[in-house]
Amino acid sequence: MKIGVVVFPGSNCDHDCQYIFQDVLGQKVEMVWHKETLRPGLDAILLPGGFSYGDYLRTGAIARFSPVMTAVKAFANKGGLVMGICNGFQILLEAGLLPGVMLRNTSLNFICKDVFVKVENAATRFTNHCESGQVLKIPIAHADGNYYTDPVTLGGIKANAQVVFRYCTAEGKVTPEANPNGSLDNIAGIMNAEGNVLGMMPHPERCAETVLGNEAGRLIFLSMLETLHKPQLTVV
Amino acid sequence: MKVKIHVTLKQGILDPQGKAIEHALDSLGFKNTANMRVGKYMEVDVNEPDRAKADAQVKAMCEKLLANTVIEDYRYELQ
Repeated sequence: MKIGVVVFPGSNCDHDCQYIFQDVLGQKVEMVWHKETLRPGLDAILLPGGFSYGDYLRTGAIARFSPVMTAVKAFANKGGLVMGICNGFQILLEAGLLPGVMLRNTSLNFICKDVFVKVENAATRFTNHCESGQVLKIPIAHADGNYYTDPVTLGGIKANAQVVFRYCTAEGKVTPEANPNGSLDNIAGIMNAEGNVLGMMPHPERCAETVLGNEAGRLIFLSMLETLHKPQLTVV
Repeated sequence: MKVKIHVTLKQGILDPQGKAIEHALDSLGFKNTANMRVGKYMEVDVNEPDRAKADAQVKAMCEKLLANTVIEDYRYELQ
């Protein structure tokens, strides 16, 4: 499988994403500079974490107009797997590939710590290696992770099982105390209605290797690879 | 012409920054302040002599990039 990792000016988790897919999971990875377009032959696209364009104006607001995003949108619209982590999630929101926006964390702090998220939907192309309700410990590192959308959109994504991850306690209880950033309904990750675009604030690429003492994130990448091995779901 | 643009959070959208500043004002003794909201102010020169065209262009700029209309309102003045 060949994974494309988009590099924006200010991305800083791009090499972690490359490392996980290439060195840990043995796949081919192509780094795609944001001014380029996507070359044919890519099976999935990752938008990595970081501070694209210094988070100027709003997080992701300028990166969404990077030339590569036209190709990323086309790739997503054809059913290709697209995953945005942290700043990548923020870019997907600004680009309209996922519904909603990110507000500043209610604490105003940049929060960098391990959190627990509950797998709300294990029947997705990104979570098929997880069990429904499974609790994953994954680190977050952001200042703008306070997910918000209007009540109608929220009702829609809940009804359609598009909420993939929610912040929870170590025991899997979704409580206000377990919500690190004020995110609406404890939302940590959502997918689009078609199920081929995922955005999540926690960083699975930072916990996907034995030596790091936490391999929870690996489940998400293995799920993607499993999806890609099913020929009917790959992009033509 | 010079364009002045204000982008503000819509009513009902939580503004943690505004809240923090409000608390700071309160602790400084400005006890009669409330409902602090923080927004953005931008200035830009637009080289378009036709006012109607400039107006349409600035509106498009706000809708497309300068404001996220899910959570923000915008207003502007052409000078």
